[in-house]
Order: sequence, then structure tokens, then C-alpha cells
Amino acid sequence: MARYGMVIDIDRCNGCYNCFLACKDEFSGNNYPPFSAPQPNKGKSWMRLTEKERGTCPKVKVDYIPLPCLQCADAPCVNKAVNGEVYRRPDGIVLIDPEKAVGKREIVSSCPHRVITWNEEKNIPQKCTFCVHLLEQGWKEPRCVEACPTGALLFGDLDDPESEISRAVKSPGIEELNPEYGLKPNVLYRNLPKRFIAGEVLLADQQEACADGIKVTLKDKAGKQVCETDFLGDFEFDGLAPNQTYQIVIEHKRYARQSIEVKTDSNVNLGEIMLNPAG
Amino acid sequence: MEKVFTNCTNEGPITVTVKDGKVTRIQPLVMKESDFKPWTIEAGGKKYTPPLKANLAPFIHAERTRLYSPDRIKYPLKRIDFDPNGKRNQENRGISGYERISWDEALDITVGEIKRIRKAYGGAAITGLTSSHHNWGIVGYKMGPFLRFMGMLEYTPVFDNPDSWEGWHWGATHAWGFYWRLGMPEQYDLLEDTLKHAEMIVFWSNDPDSTRAIYSGQDSVIWRQWLKEKGVKMIFLDPYYNYTAAHMDGTWMPLRPDSGAALAMAIAFTWITDDTYDKKYVKDRTLGFEEFRKHILGEDDGQPKTPEWAAGESGIPARKIRSLAREWAAKKTVLSAGTRGGEGGACRTAFGTEWARLMVLLQAMQGLGKPGRSIWGTAMGAPSDTKYYFPGYADLDTRMAITRAARLKINNPTKQRLYRLTLPDAVLNPPISWKGEGFCGQSLDQQFIPYTYPMEGYPEVKLFYRYGGSFMGTMSDTNKWVRMYQSPKLEFVVNQDCWWSSETNFADIILPACTHIERDDLGEWAAAGGYSSHGSNGCNFRIIVRQEKCIEPLWESKSDYEILSLLAERLGMREEYTDGGRTEMDWARAYYEISDLPKLMSWEEFNKKKYIVISPGDDYKPTPALRWFAEGRKCDTPDPLNPKRKTDKEDELGTYSGKIEFVSQSLKQNLPDDDERPPLPHYIISWEGHRSELRKKYPLQIISPHPRFSFHTHYDKHAEWLNEIPGHRIIKDNYAWWPVRINPADAAERGIYNNDIVKLYNDRGTVLCIAVITERVPAGVIHSYGSSANYDPLEPGNAVSVDRGGCVNILTSSRMMSQNAPGMTPNSCLIEIEKWEG
Repeated sequence: MARYGMVIDIDRCNGCYNCFLACKDEFSGNNYPPFSAPQPNKGKSWMRLTEKERGTCPKVKVDYIPLPCLQCADAPCVNKAVNGEVYRRPDGIVLIDPEKAVGKREIVSSCPHRVITWNEEKNIPQKCTFCVHLLEQGWKEPRCVEACPTGALLFGDLDDPESEISRAVKSPGIEELNPEYGLKPNVLYRNLPKRFIAGEVLLADQQEACADGIKVTLKDKAGKQVCETDFLGDFEFDGLAPNQTYQIVIEHKRYARQSIEVKTDSNVNLGEIMLNPAG
Repeated sequence: MEKVFTNCTNEGPITVTVKDGKVTRIQPLVMKESDFKPWTIEAGGKKYTPPLKANLAPFIHAERTRLYSPDRIKYPLKRIDFDPNGKRNQENRGISGYERISWDEALDITVGEIKRIRKAYGGAAITGLTSSHHNWGIVGYKMGPFLRFMGMLEYTPVFDNPDSWEGWHWGATHAWGFYWRLGMPEQYDLLEDTLKHAEMIVFWSNDPDSTRAIYSGQDSVIWRQWLKEKGVKMIFLDPYYNYTAAHMDGTWMPLRPDSGAALAMAIAFTWITDDTYDKKYVKDRTLGFEEFRKHILGEDDGQPKTPEWAAGESGIPARKIRSLAREWAAKKTVLSAGTRGGEGGACRTAFGTEWARLMVLLQAMQGLGKPGRSIWGTAMGAPSDTKYYFPGYADLDTRMAITRAARLKINNPTKQRLYRLTLPDAVLNPPISWKGEGFCGQSLDQQFIPYTYPMEGYPEVKLFYRYGGSFMGTMSDTNKWVRMYQSPKLEFVVNQDCWWSSETNFADIILPACTHIERDDLGEWAAAGGYSSHGSNGCNFRIIVRQEKCIEPLWESKSDYEILSLLAERLGMREEYTDGGRTEMDWARAYYEISDLPKLMSWEEFNKKKYIVISPGDDYKPTPALRWFAEGRKCDTPDPLNPKRKTDKEDELGTYSGKIEFVSQSLKQNLPDDDERPPLPHYIISWEGHRSELRKKYPLQIISPHPRFSFHTHYDKHAEWLNEIPGHRIIKDNYAWWPVRINPADAAERGIYNNDIVKLYNDRGTVLCIAVITERVPAGVIHSYGSSANYDPLEPGNAVSVDRGGCVNILTSSRMMSQNAPGMTPNSCLIEIEKWEG
């Protein structure tokens, strides 16, 4: 028996919304009993995208976070159900029974990721089914994955040691969305946006030219990371924890060392940092 | 009963599932692995092979909702206060409502008007205008049935302006030829060349994730991802932190709109003063460099084009300009100045010819055509087999009027011409004059041919046949289109379309057409043909699709060919029009038969298989674009329209000298005294930019580039699902508003918050948008996509009404690029923004 899962790589997502639209195309107005009732035509895709903008001009980053149902192993929606209206199949897919769930509005609020939507017309809660009706017909992947141009969405059998996804979930950098909920989701992420610190280094004695190849060190309690400025004098540390205090140290043997304390209460653009000759 | 069909769209081939006569699913064309012979590029010890599928543009996934849109025109309609035998009430166009009439009545009225006008004034008093790409397919495309019909009427054609690549057409052509590509370069095999050799890519006014080489869906997205993962440095010079920049996590250098020419000159200044340009290439392959060098150093005008000088124009610090120039010279750098090599919003500005010319000249200084030194949009140039010819919709072979597949050809004898950008002026205030044919693909000299409307001996136009789409959202200063429609000079206006578009309700008679899902056709993905040969190399594979009629035409709609056949019948021209009774399937077969595809598959087999995938063969030999020129060899690329190929000048470019011209010989010879497009490119201060007096009144510069989630005015408004994409439209109070992007500083100064409804205005008009406060634009610059399909005036019929549909191009100037270059300039536009309290 397969155990279906997905890995979503935020670095690869280009925010095209193909997944969001393919979900609407598959489900809007289309009935797939016993798995799902039609999705409303407006406003209720079961694959949502959140745009996340970080930083300040010109040190800006924009990421898109696709959010289907995370198919949790320990799903609050399943736990909330009293009569089998939400259930988890042996292949890991969590489904809301469109008949049994009539009127069960409380299921919507059971999900901390807010991926369950309320269908006003049909009076039922609804969500992503991993296109189970297609998988049952032999499809290899759901519509959103088929539509993805970058491979940002990877789908497959987590229990098949040969599958790409089973290798992917064991590779470094794999993470859960909101691990604090402890829901053991079968949809996992890579490269979720975190905090970054960026700046640009100038040389005071070179008519304020961009400082290329200057060593910049980021230090915190846990240790340090090192990078070099690029030809524009830019440096950047991404993937940092929020609300942490870091030390940025800029060093070059001909210039006076600079040390800056930075708190990641937001993404930080340190702007221009002028290096003065040593001594 | 479930049945599956195949079809093709602007942005990729599709499989259509139909259940009980209704389309239930539209997905990327389902193909088999065995259909492909995947290509592999080896670079840096890695092998790159694309996924074996068609990557559609986003809006194609909303095709089903567009098909069944409430905006479909369901029945023939007549404006209630239009009486062909009595009062026409032209001044009420855009105001009056419509009544349903029968097809017979609609055809009779239309034919009656055609006959009356032809008799009274001659066929040249009829004009017609089509949008591009509201449907795909070589049988049904606008250049097919519509032009054959209009040609029979001997109408006055309207030249299109090269609206997406103005500066390349009117400018770059005079630096490197390529007039047969309308100013844009060949892109053959530049994917492989870049993967193998490039260390940096400078994206300059280019967002290929959004503009997709125009038609290639998202097939090239993976190429850029490969390059990113390979560690190629990416720089983005753009007033907007665009989608590609975001996806690539590139270095953004925001510059002021229409300052690009100054920045380019400062880069050249750095190379000249550092002595880091390719002197041998400049000597052997270019003409006029010495004059250019003097100008850059300020020896002719006293102004050295230093990085400090350019910083004052562009807003980019001088140190960064200098460092960028040095890195560019030191590393193998690709210049990516528009999705097809050319294009980009910077070429649609005041004097935008100069920027585009300078893009060519800059890269010439670094050996344009050498490995890793190309001009490449990053969205074309995959390995692609060009051996098998299949015509695109713009090829002469598929133009129903003149194709060799037609037994009876139609040649329109009318010499009079109109020009799309000035059509309203031509109707309202003739005479008007301009230079150039719009698409000057035959020669450099074509750009200098003067036109005047009305032409001597010809009538003014009285009948306007509008077909497919709208220009209210895409041309300049478009409130004047409202004035044109309300002119009594237009005695009759007919509009034929699938959907209610922004110009539809200015017509007297409306004829409902069906979409490409509801009729038979065939087409190759991304292969427009004409002046853009081999466009399908923007896709990973060539895919030719039998475009099947998946369902019967909805409501009372009919295919364009059928509508025009019925009109022809009433005009007594049916036999002539249909070339002796040909059906759409007959035409499809005829086009198939004149292509090379029968070598691969018979027509019968093709109809069974429904698509053909052409992969490059084992013997495929890449011929990178312009490598031949850089190396002084004969042209070895398969560029079919290059007129010097296979002549004794086949190592030359298409310029007068055959070289890259710093001093353009074509401009020098034809317009030596033009100081707005001088033989040597200049940075000319924009008439509506950061140095304009007008800025005191309208302090913000707005750019309105091509949109990401729609295509021209197509798919927007008619494909409702797109309204839920906040980058496209944002729903507030049950209305789908068009976003305008504002820097937090500009917003704070005006008390504007996210999701506020704001008015954008200047002396030309007022448009309402929804505010998106973002760091993706610098202070002083406003971003809002062009091409809203929803012209929605608060006072219908009033040409100065506030529009709440987001047609920001209402605000843009209709002043041409320069006195002799009739290109549009939407990205040179000043406005003010206020919170809307209406």
C-alpha cells in the first residue's frame, strides 16, 4: 500500500498559480462521488498560494507558499469527526465524506492550517483530496503537480524506497509548515522563507567603490556563517531565525573591522556600510 | 459519456475532456513518453533534460471558465437606438443597450450596410481591425477568414504597430538589421551556449517568467532554474522587482523608467576608459565606433557619459554602475533585454529606439555572438528540429486570401492604409500622416515610406468592422477611442467576437463567434510564423496539434469562417469566399498537405493520433545565434527569412554595411537631420519623465508592462478564476479591481493603505485601481500592468469618465516615440495618485 505525500520546494516556485487554477479546473462544477462534491466556482480553490514579500527596496525577496491539505497523520479534522465524516485512508489521504459531512461546519475550524473551506451552497466542508479520484483511475499525480512548470511540487509514495519523494524527505533542509502543531503532515516543504540580513559594503578610500570579496561573518550563540561580498559589495545571510540577535562582522586586513549587532525582528537591510582604512 | 479531444491555445497544447456535451476538464496535452526523443545538454559536468510535458501559462488553466464565461456573446444583437433606415444615433454608442435579433436580421443589416457603403463610397470606405491571439489555430486565425473576407470587399487595412517591441523595430533594426524579424534577433541554440559558457546574465527590462517568449507557456522556466542552480549570477535592471527576479532571487538594481539609454552609455564609458572592450570585434564587425567613443567621452557635446552622470538619470549609484560594467567585461555575460532577445518595457518609452540600439551596441563591444556573450531573452533557443516545415498563422502559406493552398486567391487592390495607434485621430481629425508600415519586415527602407490618410483618390472610412478583443486596454490615451466610436463619420460599426470586450458595446450590430474549442483547426504551439520564424524553439519540443471541435458552438455562436461565409453568401460571393465550398476541415487538410508533416504522418494518421511531437534528431548540430557573424563566417543558422543567406553576402548582417552600426547608415542616408533618432544613438531627455516640468503637477512615473496572468486583453475578465489571483486582480466589495503597486513612502505621503481604492490621474484621464503597497517598486515609480480587459466607465459613453476597470493606458500619452518613429510610449507617463473617496 502506497502512502502518498508531497514535497513543496519554495525556491522552485515561481508563483504562477498553475496549481491553484488546475485545482479549480478539476473540481469546480465537477462531482466525484464518493470522494468529493463540486468546488464552488468562486473563491474556494483547495490549493492556496500565499505571497510573502520580505525586505526593503532594493533588497527584496518574494516567495510563494503553495498550501494544499497537508494530509496530516495526526489530523485534527479526523479527530474532530464523530461519525466517519472525515477519515484517513490507508494510503494516507484524508478525505471529507461529502454526504456524511453535511452541516458539519465545525470541521472547518478544526484545521490550524485553514485549508478546509465551507461550501455554502452544499452546506459541507471541503478540501484538497490529492485528486484521489484520479489516482484511483491510475493517474500518477494530482492536477496541481501536473500543472507545475518547475518541479516545485513533488508527489509520490513516501513508503517506496525507489521513489524520488522518499529520497527527498530524507534529504537535508526538509521541514514542516508549522511544526509546532505536531500534526505529522505528509506534505513537507523545503526553503520556507525565514529572516534575512543583507547589506552592501563600500570602501571609503576608493571613492566609495563597491567592496568586492570582503569577508563577512554572521555569529550567534550556536556558531557562525561566513560569506564574501560580491562585485557590488552585497552580502546576505538568509534562512535565519526570527527575533534573534546576531553579530555581523566585516573584516579585511587593510580596513578597520566593523561589527554590527542585528536583531531579526524583521528582515534587515543594513544598507551601505563604509569600510575605513585600518589604523 | 466521457470523451477526450485535443486542442491548442496561445500558450500551449491541451487535452479537453467532455462529458455529456460539456467540457469538464482542460489540462496540458496528454502525451506518451514514447512520443519524445528527449534532448540533453551537457554543461559543467551535469546533464540537463527537460520534463516531457507541456508547461502551460497560468491563464490556460482557466480556459474552461473562459469558454463558459457569462461574458460570452450568446446571440446576435442590435443597438436599440440604431436604425439603418432611420436614425443611427452614433453619439449613443457606448451608452445604449442592445436587443436580441435573429441571425437573419443581423446578417441582412450587416450586408445591407456593406452594400450601401461600397456603392456610395467604394470598398475602401470599409475598414476592419482585429486583435491578436484571442484564439489559436491557422485556419481560424484573424489572418485567415477575416482578411480573406475583407480583401474581397477591397477594404482599407489598418497597419498594426509593433506594440510589444517598438524600440527594437524602429531602433535596433538600424544597428543590426534583422528587419525580417522586425528588429529582434535570432535566438538559435542560445540555451546550450548559455548553460555551457555564461557566468552572468543581465536581465534588462525583461521578465520572461511573465512574458514567456510571447507564446511558449512556461516551458523555459526550467531553463532559468537550471542556470540559477548552476550558480550563474543574475542581475535585474528594472523599475519593478519582477516575477523572474523573484524566482531567480536575483540582484535587483531598480532604475528610473526611460533612463536606460543613459545607463547603457555609462557602461560603455567604463569599458572605454578601462580599455576593457573587444577591440578586434569592434574593428572587424562594427562601423562608426570612433564617433560613438567621442560621444561617450563627451568630446562632441562636452558631457562625458560617466557613471556619475548616469546615476543622476537612472537613480542607480555610480559605484554600482561602474562595478556592473567591470563585472560584465570580466565575466562571460549574456544580455537579456526582452523576452525574445528584444522587447521589454524600456523599448516602449519616449525615444525608446535609443535604448534598444544601445543594447545591441553594448553587447557588440563585448563580442556579441561569442560564447556566453549573446543577446538572449532566456525564453527561446532550445534545441529544435527545423527540418520539418509547418506554417505558422502569420505565414503567407496560411493566409486564406493568398495561400498557395487556395485555388482562388484574393488580392485587395486598395492602396489606402490606416495606422492602429492613430485610428481614432484618422476618423476624428483627418488628414494624418506617418512614416512606415507598422511591421516593416521587408527592408530597412520600409520605415521611411510616408503615408497619409485619406490617400488621394480614396474615401474616408465609414464602416468599421471590429473583430476579436479590444484596444481600450492596450493602446495609448484610449479615451479617444470612445470619441471615435461616437463620431457620426462612422456610419456603421459591427463587432464580431466571442466575448463582451471593452469595445463591443460601441457597435451597432454584434455577431457572436465561437472559440477555438468549438470549431476544427490545427496549429503548432508557439509558432506564429511570419516575421518570427521558428518561434517554437521557445518550447522544449515542437508540438503540432489537431485542434478538434470539442463541443458544438455554444448558444447561437458560430465560427468566424461560418459567419463570414454567410455574409459572403448574401453578397453573392460565397463560392469565391469559400474557394469553391471548402469547409474548415478542408482548409485544415490543405494546410497540412503543403507542410512537411505528411513526411512524418499521413493526414488520416494525424487525425487519429491528433498531435505530433518533433524532437531534435541524433544528428542535431547546434548553431548558436550570431556565432557565424562573430567569427566572420557564413550564416549557418536556419533563419529562413535572412535575405543574405545563400548569397555572396551571407557573412553579413542586414544593415546597409552588413556590420553592426554604431552610426546607422540607414538613418544617416534617409533621415540625417533627425535629432530624435539620430544616426548615432543619443540619450534624449524624456518629454514625460523625471526631469519634466509636468512632474510638479504629476510627480509619479507609472510603468504599465505586459501582464503575467493574462494575454493582451484576453483571459482577463472573461476567465473569472483569474480574479482570485491577487497579482492579477483583487476582489473588494464584490468587484475585481486592478492592482497598482506603490512604494510605502509614496503611499504614506498620500495616506494610502493596502487595499484602498485609489484614483490614478493626469490630464488625459482617471482610472481607479486597488492599492498594493510594496517594496517591489522604488519610491517615485508606480507599477500597474497594462492590458486590462475591463474598460468600465462610471459614466458610460462619456469619453472623460473615470474608469474603474483598471485600463491604466488611458493615462498614457499618444505622442509617438519620435517624430519619424511611430511607436507607442506607455512607459513615459506621469501621474498623481489619491485615495478615491467617490
